[in-house]
Amino acid sequence: MPKVKVPRKSTTVDMTAMCDVAFLLLTFFMLTSNFVAKEPIVVAIPASVAEIKIPERDIATVLIDKDGKVFFGLDTQQDRKELLKTLGLAFSVTPAFDEKELNEFSKISSSGVPIEKMHAFLALKPEARDSKDAAIGIPADSINNQFKEWMKNARKINPKLRLAIKADQQTPYKVIKRVMTTLQDIKENRYNLITSLKEVHK
Amino acid sequence: MAEMQVEDKGKKGKKPKQKKHATRVDLTPMVDLGFLLITFFMLTTSMLKPQTMELIVPTKDDVKEEDQNKVKASQAITVLLGKENRLYYYFGAQENGVDPELVLTDYSSNGIRQMLVKRNAEVVNNVNQLKLDKAAKKISEEDYNKKLSEYKAAKSAPTIMIKATDDSNYKNLVDILDEMNICSIARYAIVDITPYDLGLIDKKTPPAK
Repeated sequence: MPKVKVPRKSTTVDMTAMCDVAFLLLTFFMLTSNFVAKEPIVVAIPASVAEIKIPERDIATVLIDKDGKVFFGLDTQQDRKELLKTLGLAFSVTPAFDEKELNEFSKISSSGVPIEKMHAFLALKPEARDSKDAAIGIPADSINNQFKEWMKNARKINPKLRLAIKADQQTPYKVIKRVMTTLQDIKENRYNLITSLKEVHK
Repeated sequence: MAEMQVEDKGKKGKKPKQKKHATRVDLTPMVDLGFLLITFFMLTTSMLKPQTMELIVPTKDDVKEEDQNKVKASQAITVLLGKENRLYYYFGAQENGVDPELVLTDYSSNGIRQMLVKRNAEVVNNVNQLKLDKAAKKISEEDYNKKLSEYKAAKSAPTIMIKATDDSNYKNLVDILDEMNICSIARYAIVDITPYDLGLIDKKTPPAK
């Protein structure tokens, strides 16, 4: 008896459908994405049951890490550029920040460098700026409160600005109080504390 | 893997036919590319927007000494945030030289929340009922918000003064503010700690071993 021949099937699969799916997903992700802003420090935010979402525009973020270093970020490049320009004037930095430095600064989403070290910081290569030594924090104590100027000028640039405080869980209250008093001093009395979501345990 | 048409050379004498190109293109590399980009976008995006807790503090000029003392002692609860996640509270204030009793508790739902819910029972019940109504779509969003603020402003609701010591941390502060939200307490304020309060904590804390 002749052997039963198993019909050979082609191993090629039609990829069109798969391609469709892949690009559909790609389109979805491209449209919904807003990029994770690079932050100079890692902050573990506390959880709360608050369900208000943070608005997307006109946000100034105050980052506080657990050692009490303060960082400040604005959400648009234009605002950041403007901020450094006015800060340079406010602290009468010499030599004044040139166009190249302003552009460099506008690319950094959140920065925390004392104004006197800004020239040196902006001269660094972008990779070097992420290093631990470069993350000094904006001085925010009573002797040298540069943070106040940062905030004041940011408010001048964009009056619609809303303030968000993003602090590490382990930040001592002392630091938080200092920042809050500073904000109170310049009549910033409405702000958001950024938290992650948790469930209410009944 | 693209499929090629094999030319049929069997028949002679016929004019050479124009090569027919296959219309099927191998899509595998394209799929690869697609998924590569998807992976990239998935990793770089932040889909979850963080939550936020709104906090409104009075400006400095608004706060006058007399205003601070206006809080009725019978409705005042002072919450002290101590070190190592300790939490203390006391009712009222010092009366005729007698210190109020300082109670040590914690941030769990059996700790401070129980006390707050008990103290704020009327409002909590009202608000819970309101939330049920809203879930059942008995009332509109507008009415809900209106009623909510109405209930929260009830006269019987306690006033909480939150005083954090320098040894407490940010998490403690957020936790206690969160409790205020959970327990539907509308009147609370973050107040600077006084030496008197620190003294109370010192008296309460067992001496270090």
